[in-house]
Amino acid sequence: MKTFNYHSAKDSKEASKLSSSNSAFLAGGMTTIPSMKLGLASYKDIIDIKSIKKLSGIKVSSKSVVIGATTKHVEVANSKEIKKTIPSLASLAEGIGDPQVRNRGTIGGSIANNDPSADYPSACIALEATIHTNERKIEASKFFKGMFETALKKGELIEAIEFKVPEKSSYQKHPNPASRYAVVGVYIAKHKSGVKVAVTGAKPCVYNDDDLSKALESDFSASSVAGMKLKSSDMNSDIHASAEYRANLVVIQAKKAVEAC
Amino acid sequence: MLFYIIIFKSSSVGRIIFTCYNFNKIIRYYYIKEADLMTKITLEVNGKKVARDVPDNTLLSTFLREHLNLTGTHVGCDTSQCGACVVHVDGQSLKSCTTLAADIADSKVTTIEGLANNGKMHPMQEAFKKMHGLQCGFCTPGMVMSAIDLLKKNKDPSDKEIRDWLEGNICRCTGYQNIVAAVKEASSKM
Repeated sequence: MKTFNYHSAKDSKEASKLSSSNSAFLAGGMTTIPSMKLGLASYKDIIDIKSIKKLSGIKVSSKSVVIGATTKHVEVANSKEIKKTIPSLASLAEGIGDPQVRNRGTIGGSIANNDPSADYPSACIALEATIHTNERKIEASKFFKGMFETALKKGELIEAIEFKVPEKSSYQKHPNPASRYAVVGVYIAKHKSGVKVAVTGAKPCVYNDDDLSKALESDFSASSVAGMKLKSSDMNSDIHASAEYRANLVVIQAKKAVEAC
Repeated sequence: MLFYIIIFKSSSVGRIIFTCYNFNKIIRYYYIKEADLMTKITLEVNGKKVARDVPDNTLLSTFLREHLNLTGTHVGCDTSQCGACVVHVDGQSLKSCTTLAADIADSKVTTIEGLANNGKMHPMQEAFKKMHGLQCGFCTPGMVMSAIDLLKKNKDPSDKEIRDWLEGNICRCTGYQNIVAAVKEASSKM
């Protein structure tokens, strides 16, 4: 791993001030550190944001669940309040990586990284999340821009993620057995205003499948999505699954999710 | 060695020769002043306070193995998959190959070397021995540290819960049956 300067920021202001075009914020480091070790990324400055107390914690009300950016997966998975209000969100956190990754990895890091197969981005889309940064509030639908790409500007720091509490919801992931990343994961949430069907792992970036959403809005049942054929031309294809396989898997996982709602 | 350094340090020719011999660390220390990127890390490791000046990019696994000579913590894949490097930091298991030493400064670290008490093995180590929970033994330190963390959270785990928990630990001898049996055995003793 290349050398860098390690800084620990006391507050968001200091973190933002320390950042440059050649720096990265460090939370759990579950992606940042392996990327640096593999030589896929290198930075002059690493700015640790874990000691910023304001960035960690869970606040639950009847309408929303607000999770601080440096809240660890294990904290979300074990939160009694989240289990009560949005159980699918707690079980999503429980299914990320392995126990040691969940002990360190954070929700803010997962979202800022926007891995095409990560779990949390699908929760943001399905639960109509608002991403609070130190500069503004961004709707999830405008936040995820493309593979590993988000609307975050240089020096902009995620502070919290605000999820809308749905009427019912479920996340069904078909995990890669080695990495536990999603080959395909489908997060379905039924809100008063409509149904969201967020899909991760299938395309270069998380997205809401409008066809499945429409089908479920007119009839929220597994039979309304069963047998649907999705276009596979823009889906990911790799050694784990072909594009056609993924297109079919989206429908299967969606069906499972509706049944589990 | 020091003699040569003194002679070559003052001349640019010496510098080039050094580079040719690829004495990377020495070159860096004397010319790039890597010392600028050093931080003093204080930790409590297995009950003892330790302090070392290390580069900012030092991983906890490197800190333990190369600076403290605690080589019981193994580095297998070095890409956060295999779990041979699992240690406890403030009571929680984590992968030391994916954690910066600077990041956990002032924490309490327990490694496999810190488990035995007065020469008596930890019940988990005893159970791995009794149930033949190891073959080549490379993954064992991580398995043991991870399994202890499981029993802290779940005193009587089922086979499935043990397997789910050990998701982040890979045994390339594929000796999983006996590892699960060992954790089961330990759960009845701890």
